[in-house]
Amino acid sequence: MGDLWWGVLTVCVGCYALKLAGLSVPPVILEHRLTVRATALIPVGLLAALVAVQTAAGDREVVLDARLVGVGVAVACLLARIPFLPMLVLAAAATALTRLVT
Amino acid sequence: MSPDHDPGHDPADDPGHDPAHDPAGDRSVIRDSLGVGVGVGLYGVTFGALGPAAGLSVWQTCALSLLAFTGASQFAFVGVVASGGSPLAGALTSVLLGGRNVFYGISMAPHLQVRGWRRWAAAHLVIDESTAMGVTRPTSRQARLGFYWTGITIFLFWNLTTAIGAIAGEAIGDPEAIGLDGAVAAAFLGLLWPRLDSALTRAVAVVGVVLALLLVPITAPGVPIILGGLSAVVLGLVWGGRARG
Repeated sequence: MGDLWWGVLTVCVGCYALKLAGLSVPPVILEHRLTVRATALIPVGLLAALVAVQTAAGDREVVLDARLVGVGVAVACLLARIPFLPMLVLAAAATALTRLVT
Repeated sequence: MSPDHDPGHDPADDPGHDPAHDPAGDRSVIRDSLGVGVGVGLYGVTFGALGPAAGLSVWQTCALSLLAFTGASQFAFVGVVASGGSPLAGALTSVLLGGRNVFYGISMAPHLQVRGWRRWAAAHLVIDESTAMGVTRPTSRQARLGFYWTGITIFLFWNLTTAIGAIAGEAIGDPEAIGLDGAVAAAFLGLLWPRLDSALTRAVAVVGVVLALLLVPITAPGVPIILGGLSAVVLGLVWGGRARG
């Protein structure tokens, strides 16, 4: 089995185990204040890092290219409360168009 | 089971004798859940299209939607792998993001009251949207309606559209020509956006972005996400603790 399959399998088992744990574990163990605060912040930190890397990471360097335009359009869409799917389409279109003309 | 603790629970089998029976309310919960379910389920097509773009097979892409079934984690795995990170780094990021589902489970458990195989089945539906459509209800009966109708609708649509997207994505070939890489960044931003509701979360997000970019030139792909993201979280905990006194 290739590395990719092992990765996929780890994600599937890990994510399901976490869901099952929530329904199974007595809440007192997990409702510690620090745990609760950390769990609220982990998605924020990771998603922000993912946005940054997906927007501006090249081959071991920071590059500003068409993706940044796509993200700019996404920000405008979010501010205008445009729903998720149309936002993605507009961001993709903006990225592709910028790439086409530059 | 102890139905005594919750008047809205259990007589679901016999709605005529349930003091909390509210057919109009039930219908409204189901209608809202279907709306959210279909809307969210449809963007499985973007996840599906990204899988092959990141080098995953159609089967691997579909396996993630079927078995992991938690959008942000799936996007994270594919995003890290697409940017050249190892599948292990991708899996670590993905499972860390899935940690919040533990707390969703804790908040839904008193309403669901599931044991045995039912718990194993219900656990799979514990995601952002099903929890959001469940926990806000006035009775446990409606919490369950919102949770199951939203969860099952998303599960069906998400897997269907993932398969369609994956097959189409494999056919497209060059994902960058249609700006799919820009759309992935937009997807992460869309998932992040509703969480930026306090000064603390906004600060953590900004620090996460800056640290990740600083790490890009000096670490292996995938590392900036885990190291940058988690360092921002640690700083956030320190700041949050101080602000609290």
